[in-house]
Amino acid sequence: MNNETFQKIKQEALADWQALKEKTVIMVGTATCGRAVGAVEVMRAIDQELANQGVKDAVLMEVGCMGHCYAEPLVIIQKPGYPAICYGYVDEGTASVLVKEFIVGDDLCIEFALAATEPNDMFPTFEDFPRGMVEQKIVMENCGIIDPHNINHYIANGGYEALANAIEMTPEQVLQEIKNSGLRGRGGAGFPTGIKWETCQNIEDDVKYVICNADEGDPGAFMDRALLESNPHQMLEGLALAAFTVGASHGYIYIRAEYPLAVERVRMAIEQAKDKGLLGNSVLGSNFNLELEIFQGSGAFVCGEETALINSMQGYPGIPRHRPPFPAQAGLWNKPTVINNVKTLSYVSHIIKKGADWFKSIGTPENPGTAIFALAGKIINTGLTEVPMSTTLKQIVYDVGSGIEKSKKFKAVQIGGPSGGCIPESLLDTSIDFDSLSKIGAMMGSGGMVILDEDDCMVEIARFFLDFTQKESCGKCTFCRIGTKQMLDILERITKGEGVLEDIDYLGELAQNIKNGSLCNLGKTAPNPVLSTIRHFRDEYEAHVIEKRCPALMCKELTTFYILPEKCERSCDACIGSCPVECIYSNEDRIKVIDQEKCVKCNSCLDACPPQYDAVIKLSPVDMLKVKENVIDE
Amino acid sequence: MSKTVNLTIDDKQVSAQEGEMLLWVALENDIYIPHLCAMKDYTPYAACRLCFVEVEGKKAPVTSCTQPVYENMVVHTRSERVDELVKKGFELIMSNHHLDCKNCPGNKNCELQKIAKARKLPLKPKKLIQQVNEELPIDDSMDKIVYDPRKCVLCGKCITACKENGNGILNFAHRGIDRVITTFGNISLKEAGCLDCGACAEVCPVGARSIKE
Repeated sequence: MNNETFQKIKQEALADWQALKEKTVIMVGTATCGRAVGAVEVMRAIDQELANQGVKDAVLMEVGCMGHCYAEPLVIIQKPGYPAICYGYVDEGTASVLVKEFIVGDDLCIEFALAATEPNDMFPTFEDFPRGMVEQKIVMENCGIIDPHNINHYIANGGYEALANAIEMTPEQVLQEIKNSGLRGRGGAGFPTGIKWETCQNIEDDVKYVICNADEGDPGAFMDRALLESNPHQMLEGLALAAFTVGASHGYIYIRAEYPLAVERVRMAIEQAKDKGLLGNSVLGSNFNLELEIFQGSGAFVCGEETALINSMQGYPGIPRHRPPFPAQAGLWNKPTVINNVKTLSYVSHIIKKGADWFKSIGTPENPGTAIFALAGKIINTGLTEVPMSTTLKQIVYDVGSGIEKSKKFKAVQIGGPSGGCIPESLLDTSIDFDSLSKIGAMMGSGGMVILDEDDCMVEIARFFLDFTQKESCGKCTFCRIGTKQMLDILERITKGEGVLEDIDYLGELAQNIKNGSLCNLGKTAPNPVLSTIRHFRDEYEAHVIEKRCPALMCKELTTFYILPEKCERSCDACIGSCPVECIYSNEDRIKVIDQEKCVKCNSCLDACPPQYDAVIKLSPVDMLKVKENVIDE
Repeated sequence: MSKTVNLTIDDKQVSAQEGEMLLWVALENDIYIPHLCAMKDYTPYAACRLCFVEVEGKKAPVTSCTQPVYENMVVHTRSERVDELVKKGFELIMSNHHLDCKNCPGNKNCELQKIAKARKLPLKPKKLIQQVNEELPIDDSMDKIVYDPRKCVLCGKCITACKENGNGILNFAHRGIDRVITTFGNISLKEAGCLDCGACAEVCPVGARSIKE
């Protein structure tokens, strides 16, 4: 009977989807990444141009993010008779050209095209590029292709089938499948999801809860946001499967209030699923009930820690408590509670649908499945990527990310955010999985990956992350509250050139104690950026301490700006105009000179000096200036 | 009735009720474990991170305030790892404590002094940078009690004591190194409706809240 109900829903969805496939459809990626560079304006321009041209039968549709954030705004045009083509870097002008030339006319406008989204004889697809060879999309498969506002799109592409199957199974069978699959939590620690669920399932209680943790807070990470904005039903189905398995009839999605679009799209998804009978009372006619609600967090990083998250939901400050008891034993309102990350839940429906063996065939035996990373920093193709576990860092940086911007030299990958570490070039062949990364002092984390180049100072990077954790520390326990502050003070001293050699070892000593002594995982992992940079870039620390030199020329106190007289063009004055504190003047030969007393080291003159002269340079240590100036005197 | 279990703490055979927290079992048997934030019969707060011990069979030292006792448990209150953690934790606390024993009402009745003596630790940490915010004002608005936030170690005991005996006017505020215990809106104790019952001073382990002479 259940299946019949679902078959009806599915037929309806398929009809809807099929009808769409026969039309001309213009899809605009309007996830936050697209909106930030003008996707909404592009959408408006297309709408306007369609009206101007009198096109009435084309469908203008919002989709999520397909991962190519570097080329946003993205527009996919599907026109009967042509392969669906994805256009990148679309602005309002390009948008109207596309309507005029391709929708009205018959010109594919290949000059704006990135790739086709389906195999064809005319144009390469994303899979034909090196990136496509490395990527394997499971949870991102439908992102950027379906309308997140339309549940039928999700259902037509296989959505809610796992839930329909599951309610004809026993919760124990579903659990067994998840356990067999070896799925590990994608929130960072990689705890086996099946074991978490089993703990909760085994406890007898009338009231249990499931919670989706969407409190994504690592600097530079946006995987969860993109998934919720692009395919919210996938997570809801996973959450429903979790609830069915452990016996919960109430669930929450904890989303930070800084993600308003995700909140809006998830809220709409819940409503639509309820209307279809896929959530709410008697799901698909069975005796399984599930009410889902959104809880908006106020954006404290520590609330991603599950006990702090629960405290904040109960109206208390978001502060962790000692575990055990684990939330699966005693969580929200002291009831057994399963808390899973957005990505973890997004895999669940695929595993139930295609089986544990299929999932295990991807990745490695200990780390099955794929991993999703947000690429940021000095990399050409910033954005999201989904690759099988065991892919190497090198493949991600060079094949997926196309390498380093401006032909600069690669220095490190910062992975795992404030809890992770920096991986140097010598370890780029490391395979990406929970175990290999922790072996080299980094951490999988939730999937943030920041690429650093020769202009990034590793001491400053460590300082930045420690500053972040210190500000986000709840302040409850001794080691995290005072220990991270002590480390931060030492790092600040070093970046200012006031450090001593013992500082480096002392940092390591403090770090080890904070790791061992802190109450929660925020504190336990906070020293990782420092430990990993000392381990792999000790020479940079020593340069700061011994020579008072910042090798990357990044630490302000240790660098100075200098205009090379032999290179200065004399009559251009670009640097003078750019200086916000008016500290550059022309000497008697009209060569530009910086008044070092006034200089605030803002980099403006270096940016302003035309590349053909390239006369402004940075020097470190600051004493180098004397050397330079003496040369002139002679 | 829960059952009685036998365990060994530092080679001493002791018995206790199953599920009791190790810290209290040890203290009742005259085995000292440093601690600041633990309150008997309350959910362990586990914030001061000083009551670490080794339990045989466990990979790393555990906080004894959160560790239930069980049959045949073997505990060592001292080990190289435990001593290192307690030393560092204590040093960190001392780097954020206004040190003025001579003029402190808590002198000779201070848990910090007690820990320093028991574990032979200096009160003044050498390598650490002083973190005390000396500008935090002393609250002298009441007749009987006085609060010096510069000495506070954020154990949170006064908050519980005030809830149970007084008007419940105290709580934590801010986060990270700025965390303090204060009243709602950071007003004086008097303005906040303090009853001057003195319960907070009674539980304060370090003389941050004290009864005037």
